[in-house]
Amino acid sequence: MNGKGLALFIFLWLPMHSMAQGFAGLGSAAEDFAVPQRSTVLQFPADHGAHPQYRIEWWYVTANLMGSDGIPYGLQWTLFRSALAPRDGQGWATPQLWMGHAAVTTPKAHFVAERLARGGIGQAGVTADPFFAWIDDWKMEGPDFNHMRLTATAPEFAYDVQLIAKGPLVLHGQNGYSVKSAAGQASHYYSQPFFQVSGTLTLPEGQVPVTGSAWLDREWSSQPLAQDQRGWEWFSLSFDSGDKLMGFVLRGDTDYTSGTWISADGTATAFPNGAFSAFPLTRHSVAGREVPTEWRVRLPDKGIDVTVSALNTDAWMATSVPYWEGPITVAGSHAGVGYLEMTGYDN
Amino acid sequence: MTVAIFSALIGHWRRNPLQLFTLLAGLALGTALWSGVQAINAEARASYDNAAMTLGEGRLAQITARNGGPVLQQSYVALRRAGWNVSPVTEGNLGPVRIVGIDPLTAPRGIAPVSVTAGGGLGAFLSGRGQIFARADTLARLLPTRAERVAAPGIAPNTAITDIGLAQRLLGRDGIIDRLLIAPEQPLNRPPLAYIAPDLVETAPQVGSDVARLTDSFHLNLSAFGLLSFAVGLFIVHGAIGLAFEQRRAMVRTLRALGAPLRRLIALMVVELAILALIGGMVGVAIGYVVAAGLLPDVAATLRGLYGANVSGQLELRPVWWLSGLAIAMGGTAVAAAGALWSLARMPLLASAQPQAWAMARQGRGLAVLAALLLVLFAGVAVWGKGLMAGFVMMGALLIGGALALPPTLTLVLRLGERRARGPVAQWFWADTRQQVPGLSLALMALLLAMAANVGVSTMVSSFRLTFTGFLDQRLASELYVSAKDATQATAVEALADGRVDAVLPLLSVEQAVAGFPTEIHGTRDHATYRDNWQFLRSVPNVWEALARGEGVLVNEQLYRRAQLDLGVTVPLAPGVTLPVLGIYGDYGNSVGQVIVTELLFLRLFPYDTALRFGMRVHPAKIDDLRAILRDELGVANTAIIDQASIKAASLAVFERTFVVTAALNILTLAVAGFAILMSLLTLAVMRLPQLAPVWALGLTRRRLAAMDFARAVVLAALTGALALPLGLALAWTLLAVVNVGAFGWRLPMYLFPLDYVRLGGLTLLAAALAALWPAWRLSRTPPALLLGVFSHER
Repeated sequence: MNGKGLALFIFLWLPMHSMAQGFAGLGSAAEDFAVPQRSTVLQFPADHGAHPQYRIEWWYVTANLMGSDGIPYGLQWTLFRSALAPRDGQGWATPQLWMGHAAVTTPKAHFVAERLARGGIGQAGVTADPFFAWIDDWKMEGPDFNHMRLTATAPEFAYDVQLIAKGPLVLHGQNGYSVKSAAGQASHYYSQPFFQVSGTLTLPEGQVPVTGSAWLDREWSSQPLAQDQRGWEWFSLSFDSGDKLMGFVLRGDTDYTSGTWISADGTATAFPNGAFSAFPLTRHSVAGREVPTEWRVRLPDKGIDVTVSALNTDAWMATSVPYWEGPITVAGSHAGVGYLEMTGYDN
Repeated sequence: MTVAIFSALIGHWRRNPLQLFTLLAGLALGTALWSGVQAINAEARASYDNAAMTLGEGRLAQITARNGGPVLQQSYVALRRAGWNVSPVTEGNLGPVRIVGIDPLTAPRGIAPVSVTAGGGLGAFLSGRGQIFARADTLARLLPTRAERVAAPGIAPNTAITDIGLAQRLLGRDGIIDRLLIAPEQPLNRPPLAYIAPDLVETAPQVGSDVARLTDSFHLNLSAFGLLSFAVGLFIVHGAIGLAFEQRRAMVRTLRALGAPLRRLIALMVVELAILALIGGMVGVAIGYVVAAGLLPDVAATLRGLYGANVSGQLELRPVWWLSGLAIAMGGTAVAAAGALWSLARMPLLASAQPQAWAMARQGRGLAVLAALLLVLFAGVAVWGKGLMAGFVMMGALLIGGALALPPTLTLVLRLGERRARGPVAQWFWADTRQQVPGLSLALMALLLAMAANVGVSTMVSSFRLTFTGFLDQRLASELYVSAKDATQATAVEALADGRVDAVLPLLSVEQAVAGFPTEIHGTRDHATYRDNWQFLRSVPNVWEALARGEGVLVNEQLYRRAQLDLGVTVPLAPGVTLPVLGIYGDYGNSVGQVIVTELLFLRLFPYDTALRFGMRVHPAKIDDLRAILRDELGVANTAIIDQASIKAASLAVFERTFVVTAALNILTLAVAGFAILMSLLTLAVMRLPQLAPVWALGLTRRRLAAMDFARAVVLAALTGALALPLGLALAWTLLAVVNVGAFGWRLPMYLFPLDYVRLGGLTLLAAALAALWPAWRLSRTPPALLLGVFSHER
């Protein structure tokens, strides 16, 4: 569950949504959008492409990297799609909007860039086969979903890395149908957590060859959060054992949690609300907000009781819709690395 | 003691309310025109800045098509996908309003009225019926559309901002982009522009917006008018203060004899004057506001028509002009009072307390010498000076020298009249007129300056109009002008016109620096149209034949002056292509340099450029048919086909508006001068009684005396007007030949407009006559007892 997408979704739609409620009974445009169905069977490679009939969608890559000198880095590449209406089209009038976020995190610095575009004029889009996702000159492309090149440029940084999948796709929830609240809000959600990465970061101090691992998330939906939900924490953890854990906490009047245990061979086990838990340990002041950058994460069913700490506590994404996202290190019952995303920390 | 001194000082004004009125009115009128003009200029500049901010012109580099045509949407997307952080703009007029279409997703910060952030309102802007943002007065003029109208006061006047998609639909320009804004921050590893879109060029952000530079001449004229009016007002103030201080010499002596320290006395007088200046200044600013608000719609219409500059017709109370109005009122008073205070400070305690009776006459010789020196300075700078600064020095020397030369010249002329006069009454008339000169000289100088300024400015404006209309005839020789939206349509237009018109003249142009100056290079087809119509400032013999043979280029006057590209000097156009100048042509209203080459050479130098605009020689009767065919068969928009007659009509309509403004300012400055005469005459009337009483006693009736006083004012005004004419023409020459060249790079030929001068002279006489009427009437009604009293009060 990635935060910016939903946040963008809310910003674009909340005013109209509340207006629609004001005209109760006249119906809302929301009903025209497709809604995730439990019975849907995901089809590949078609589902790697865009789903314009859904309101919100993203292609989300986070990577834990290391330079040849042992310095750890984080990398993010995200493409969001947000639809103003459930249709595609050509020209400026298309209701499909695209937003790209790119970031590189070092132990001492955090670089962020953002791109916005409209579909329909060719400035941004996604095709499934061969796979090609782009916004401006930022690209994720390859002959298939297992072999891709990922690039982004910004005034202060750039990167160009190769991704090679070393394991299968992982479907979250029930065959990719992932429930987001007790009231039943849901999304289609799958991941490719087994990418091996090699490439180059361009930073103000020069070019840095890096290697590491990346995790790709794909998710699309049309439903907003439940009324009481204010934000969330999303964790992707890669343990030294080769096992992986995805877990999120949706903060509301009562928290809603979900998790997927991914064994080293790619076998996924979904855990229901309450099995996965995360508690903030240390808060850090960034961009005028108090954000927890150290957490105790537990999944007792798998014997997980770890402390995750930010590589750089200042990994604030000062984008149109701001949030915190950065690489973490894992210690405790299991050791490893991962990525943490936190939204809803308004000042 | 302070209170006592102060009440004594105030007492003077209580006893002489007319003098107080003169002082305040002079200040108020001078300040009024100055601050009124400043208000108009400030409003216009704010509008330009606003426009530059709204459209990013002032601070962002831009990309446009090399040939001046549209930017293709594919080129935009190709640039974005190559990493260029650029944002598209499509603009055009929808009815009277300029529509600017932007893309809020890529627009640099501060350009778009909506944003992606919380509550940014992006959804409503992009979807549904869309939104149009503009000032409330602009929205009121907007033609009806389905889009929601949103009032936004920060947007430039007469400009509406909407999404680029909606703008393209409203303007009928689907898929067309006019220019790309380049964001200040660009990503790393961006390929060069020429590699992605060789038909596009990048232009650096403009220092000061383009339109501001274009309209500078207009604002300079207004400022000159304002400054002259203020100078005239200052003469009035100087006169009033001088008189008041003269009359208060006795009081000052008494106060000092009673023990009032000089220092405190002077300080209190300064305070007193400051208060009066503040009051006069405030009244002036208020009147200025009224004047500016009345003139602004015409000024706005002129600027819109002449330069395409959008200026709000509504006046805002901006601190910049009302503060400057107050400051100049205070400063002017200080200048006007400095002499009087100085002489007061040096007055011996036991000096005669009698008024020195307008010491001007005694200074006559010194002032005449100073006037001669200033006029020599003017002539010297005229011969050897160059540039804008020289122009201002010349104007200053000319106007001050001319004004100072007025009293001695008048005295001289009146002496001649006296010598010719027959009979004692006539002799007395001339002698007495001569005696009035010192007392009236300040007011007459004001009249001189007002009329000279009017002659100068109206000569300049009329010369500009004549030159410009002639220039339009030369430049707009083709009957019809057609703009194609792309190369395909251009080819079709040329093919379709072939055979239907007498000639098709493609208009090719690119922008490129020549000799380090921004320059447009035009490609011209060899055709009789050019030979028959174009006039050169200078050229080699058979210039068009030589040009057609590719032996050289033509340059405009601006480039000739800036880069010293005289006939025969070679112009580097491209590596290995350097050609001599064959002719220099006038290019009025343009701010950049121009080079004209043949069509063949142009296509060789700039192979990427194709002509998108065409001039067509066609019989006027066929224009409507051709227009219909172009529209129906090729889909050329109506707005892309312009006939020569309507361009000229529009240009001339603009000049008519300019004349409204000039005429209004003429009347206002003359009115100020007339007021100065009235006040001087009223003041003199009291002082003159001892001189008139003996003449009356000798048998001249009061009626006759009054008639002679009236005639005297008209004669003095007529003489002043006669002197103002050469002064005004010299001023016009300075403006046209020196200031214009310095400021804008071209020299305007000077034409004379005798009828205008006669009319102005009539107005001057009328102003003087009106001013003299009331004092003369009062004289005719002076009670005989008062005249008799002069003998008993013989002082």
